[in-house]
Amino acid sequence: MTVGKDVSALFPDVVNCMQTDNLELKKLVYLYLMNYAKSQPDMAIMAVNTFVKDCEDPNPLIRALAVRTMGCIRVDKITEYLCEPLRKCLKDEDPYVRKTAAVCVAKLHDINAQLVEDQGFLDTLKDLISDSNPMVVANAVAALSEIAESHPSSNLLDLNPQSINKLLTALNECTEWGQIFILDCLANYMPKDDREAQSICERVTPRLSHANSAVVLSAVKVLMKFMEMLSKDLDYYGTLLKKLAPPLVTLLSAEPELQYVALRNINLIVQKRPEILKHEMKVFFVKYNDPIYVKLEKLDIMIRLASQANIAQVLAELKEYATEVDVDFVRKAVRAIGRCAIKVEQSAERCVSTLLDLIQTKVNYVVQEAIVVIKDIFRKYPNKYESVIATLCENLDSLDEPEARAAMIWIVGEYAERIDNADELLESFLEGFHDESTQVQLQLLTAIVKLFLKKPTETQELVQQVLSLATQDSDNPDLRDRGYIYWRLLSTDPVAAKEVVLAEKPLISEETDLIEPTLLDELICYIGTLASVYHKPPSAFVEGSRGVVHKSLPPRTGSSESAESPDTAPSGVQAPEQPAVIPTQGDLLGDLLNLDLGPPVSGPPMATSSVQMGAVDLLGGGLDSLMGGGGGFAAPSAAAPATLGAPLSSGLGDLFDLTGGVGTLSGSYVAPKTVWLPAMKAKGLEISGTFSRQVGSISMDLVLTNKALQVMSDFAIQFNRNSFGLAPAAPLQVHAPLAPNQSVEISLPLNTVGSVMKMDPLNNLQVAVKNNIDVFYFSTLYPLHILFVEDGKMERQMFLATWKDIPNENEAQFQIKDCSLNADAVSSKLQGSNIFTIAKRNVEGQDMLYQSLKLTNGIWVLAELRIQPSNPSFTLSLKCRAPEVAPYVFQAYETVLKN
Amino acid sequence: MIGGLFIYNHKGEVLISRVYRDDIGRNAVDAFRVNVIHARQQVRSPVTNIARTSFFHVKRSNIWLAAVTKQNVNAAMVFEFLYKMCDVMTAYFGKISEENIKNNFVLIYELLDEILDFGYPQNSETGALKTFITQQGIKSQTKEEQSQITSQVTGQIGWRREGIKYRRNELFLDVLESVNLLMSPQGQVLSAHVSGRVVMKSYLSGMPECKFGMNDKIVIEKQGKGTADETGKSGKQSIAIDDCTFHQCVRLSKFDSERSISFIPPDGEFELMRYRTTKDIILPFRVIPLVREVGRTKLEVKVVIKSNFKPSLLAQKIEVRIPTPLNTSGVQVICMKGKAKYKASENAIVWKIKRMAGMKESQISAEIELLPTNDKKKWARPPISMNFEVPFAPSGLKVRYLKVFEPKLNYSDHDVIKWSSSTFRENLPGPSTDRKTLWLTLGMDSPACAQLPPMLQLKFRTQSCAGMLSASCFLSQGGEGLV
Repeated sequence: MTVGKDVSALFPDVVNCMQTDNLELKKLVYLYLMNYAKSQPDMAIMAVNTFVKDCEDPNPLIRALAVRTMGCIRVDKITEYLCEPLRKCLKDEDPYVRKTAAVCVAKLHDINAQLVEDQGFLDTLKDLISDSNPMVVANAVAALSEIAESHPSSNLLDLNPQSINKLLTALNECTEWGQIFILDCLANYMPKDDREAQSICERVTPRLSHANSAVVLSAVKVLMKFMEMLSKDLDYYGTLLKKLAPPLVTLLSAEPELQYVALRNINLIVQKRPEILKHEMKVFFVKYNDPIYVKLEKLDIMIRLASQANIAQVLAELKEYATEVDVDFVRKAVRAIGRCAIKVEQSAERCVSTLLDLIQTKVNYVVQEAIVVIKDIFRKYPNKYESVIATLCENLDSLDEPEARAAMIWIVGEYAERIDNADELLESFLEGFHDESTQVQLQLLTAIVKLFLKKPTETQELVQQVLSLATQDSDNPDLRDRGYIYWRLLSTDPVAAKEVVLAEKPLISEETDLIEPTLLDELICYIGTLASVYHKPPSAFVEGSRGVVHKSLPPRTGSSESAESPDTAPSGVQAPEQPAVIPTQGDLLGDLLNLDLGPPVSGPPMATSSVQMGAVDLLGGGLDSLMGGGGGFAAPSAAAPATLGAPLSSGLGDLFDLTGGVGTLSGSYVAPKTVWLPAMKAKGLEISGTFSRQVGSISMDLVLTNKALQVMSDFAIQFNRNSFGLAPAAPLQVHAPLAPNQSVEISLPLNTVGSVMKMDPLNNLQVAVKNNIDVFYFSTLYPLHILFVEDGKMERQMFLATWKDIPNENEAQFQIKDCSLNADAVSSKLQGSNIFTIAKRNVEGQDMLYQSLKLTNGIWVLAELRIQPSNPSFTLSLKCRAPEVAPYVFQAYETVLKN
Repeated sequence: MIGGLFIYNHKGEVLISRVYRDDIGRNAVDAFRVNVIHARQQVRSPVTNIARTSFFHVKRSNIWLAAVTKQNVNAAMVFEFLYKMCDVMTAYFGKISEENIKNNFVLIYELLDEILDFGYPQNSETGALKTFITQQGIKSQTKEEQSQITSQVTGQIGWRREGIKYRRNELFLDVLESVNLLMSPQGQVLSAHVSGRVVMKSYLSGMPECKFGMNDKIVIEKQGKGTADETGKSGKQSIAIDDCTFHQCVRLSKFDSERSISFIPPDGEFELMRYRTTKDIILPFRVIPLVREVGRTKLEVKVVIKSNFKPSLLAQKIEVRIPTPLNTSGVQVICMKGKAKYKASENAIVWKIKRMAGMKESQISAEIELLPTNDKKKWARPPISMNFEVPFAPSGLKVRYLKVFEPKLNYSDHDVIKWSSSTFRENLPGPSTDRKTLWLTLGMDSPACAQLPPMLQLKFRTQSCAGMLSASCFLSQGGEGLV
């Protein structure tokens, strides 16, 4: 029967045996019924009578057996008869019967949910939570949790402090399995405040010493979740962190299958709270006889825990692993060495030399893997390790995997100017262009275009060849579109092409393969379960309505964090590591143009980039050239530069703001906003801004953009000491939390009463911005004219006297080129920025303007501006007692005059 | 929760299949066979997702146990359950083999019905199960007996039945430790830890309350606060335990608050606790291997072991296992002490020494003839492993007391007849699983070596020692002496 043979024909005979007194036989008959009742529902009715009778049997074991079996028979007609016996059994005097009946309610609910609700079984089940027997409580909890899961809206498991207390009491007394049910249920509870969370944590922590790993993991889940609510300043928080590490380490001495589950979970925990296991690196060293799945997981965690302190050990281990037997493991080990280099800068050099050693082994897959990671290292540390290129080139012929080939081509293209035979190398790849995978084709196209831009004279033919291969002979839309973009760029504006293709690439992020923060938070709520093993939310692998409810971590209640000043934050408790995984605008562009290999995280942008390119192509009259047979470099359509140029260049220099820049009402000139802090460096927060001066007050106009996937809040700003004592006059006011992809414009008033420290350059301003994720630092240069005060007009006599008084060596001369304004226009324009013209003279056809200005700190600057009507270059002579400000004043002049 | 449970033989034929949930269809049985048992490559994960159905499997000798589900179950629980299932089956009919499973077909279904209800694990303690699931058919029970069974199965002390009676109350306690050592190629100890187990065999009447004490640093220090003079004496001997886990009979909340280990033991043998220590470990032996390659077909191996404990103590049953390459054709061994043999079936030289005193040294040298081979498959170079028994615990753990109190029958540890701390029990089963890696780089001056591609360079790992200590304590009610 159970091995797959159909014995349903024996149904009547088997049912006849049902009334036996032999319990063993009875169990077998019941087993038969469970299997075949569904196929013969009419006959199954015959069994009902016996079931009902057995439910009244004096022997509790038989009562329980009957109720257990009845629940497994999924025939509607029988289900109806089940209700009465079940009701009795739920109130049975024997706990064994009650615990079986509790599970039976869940079974019945699975068959006919409506019936269970109508019959009021749910209320009875809820009452069982207060049962005196711990096992009955555990089963009731399990049943209720399951029913609640299929009805996310219903308030079935109405957990309140009283019922939680009951559960916690039962927790100490029930079986290991019961403890798991209760802990899993507790994890769904949302404590009212941090006090309640702490008291639950205190009562759950003893479970960490249980021999059953599942109990331990479920306890870890409860603790990890409730810990969110505890303030980090609390002593208890630190104690809890310390208590979590040993049990997690102990899980690694369990059986290999459990180790695997534990390691997958530790991987999540390490990402969420790296501080828990940061000193436990050694326990993740791979053992010789670990199964391969354990080895791979350990390797992953080793990389996550790698830091400056332990990098030497990690590298030594990784090097050993790279000589092991299992190919997958070796590959991963090689890749891990590369990740170490990117993560811990100090180790980069050692990593690179280790990789070179490995390349020398000439083992095919090791070499290929090494080349792929070296490419990433080049991107992280440009212009540092290029000396190894020669070694890489030696292994060109042995590369047969697309990823390694693409990486090698990228390296050749990127460093074409340093590789003498770059054209030959690329040409050799080009021969089999059509047999290559798309990844390699795209890379080859980009690399050759780069090469052409760097060495235009010798490679014209090559670039023609690749462009025609990509545009005419390829069916791949991505490849074709990219080909067209390059073609048009090169033909319209080679300078722009250079700017675009050879643009500086954004650095790749330190951490790769990180789980996206919101998903991570959700997975933390699923510690111990399948979701945490797959690293996917349940909805990804569970059918139907179950598991659709998204769980989330409770919000932190402690308010201590917002009080932290940005200066102390880095040295204090580490903020939860939640780096932005989504690449920034710049990254997108990088992907669009020449970095398909990109950092390993850039899966989604790849897709977007192709869409964007398609769109551009359509708009840009790409069809024209299609119809024209892609006629080489000749005559691009007029529309192309406009449409192509705009989005590309704007992406590059973030010049979007130029057009939509802040209009100046009155007051001095305001430069367009530029990106000060790219989102890449600030875990998704992008800050762009500018400075302005209006009616005597300086302000910093900021745009904060959230490019991460989580909401940002708790913004604060602080300046480092600077040359002119600039300081925020008011706190940074962001009223609502910043949702993903949202941006907010803020004008931050500044004053100049802060503490002063001379900076280099003089107008350098170092800023720290904090939000709920981390503290970020950036520095920016402010234009000096925002410091020019309104009362900077000097008396004529005074001017003359001062001019003479300041020694001649303090005079500085500058040329302001390409300015076509006349003297009056200049004078009025400058006046807007508080540079006052005191006198104007005309000497031999030249206009001489004498001007003065005063800085916020009282420094006077005197200027003589010579304007020749025929010559667009002005000569500016500046005299000042503090000559170091002169170049910056000149810059201010230039900016004001040219805009 | 668990949707179904299948047991397969090595060919992938289903021996047992029990489906608990409707969402698991018959085809699930075949899906696992095709995708996992008959899969071409090695199993890459103990959890497999096939068509939105998840399979958890463990393997015991030739038998596959697979749990199936379509929900987001507690994965750790499923594996723990599968292990438990194996334990229960072993307790009922011995080794898990195809034959035993076929012979106990009915029993297994009965067990599966009892310990898993709708996919939720229920009481799975063999002690309790054996009271009402028997192989002899059901005995007619009196009403009291029945209610006793049910209260035990659901009760707080599910692992022990009431009314156990022994003429002699005996209790055995073994402390088994294995030392895991990780060494760098330069011979430097990278990490060392001891993982220990306290195994207990209890043959006690009634419902005895036991309290177990060891030289745990935290406990000793706590007591030290009360009596200041004691700290000096006992402080040295205490050990810092990194972490420990307990059998479910131990009251965890009491351990958490008072750090006292109190429990009512199950009847028979069980593992009371596991612990791990990393500080102040005494390494009983040092193993120094030397490997030299002579040409492409010959290998010279020399291994020296040094005992590193008091000369008055004796280590026993020392067994050193030196792995040999797969293409070994013959081995000649010379050893000063003990017996050494090349075991071709195990690809290893096994060197046994009956006993060895402390601070001594012994060595073995072997010449390994290799068949010239073009086989590209690399030799995995397993580590050298070592098993032995020493009369002390490398971690320094000592049993301070074991108190027993039975309120009804009123016998207690006052009647302890004899404490014996020098008896040895059988060695740890199986080869030690942990390693001491000592990577030996070959002398590059050897000309043969230069010809070899670098990846074939030969390296040996030395493997750890599994030490054990045992202490037995005999208790008796009547006062009869026991040795």
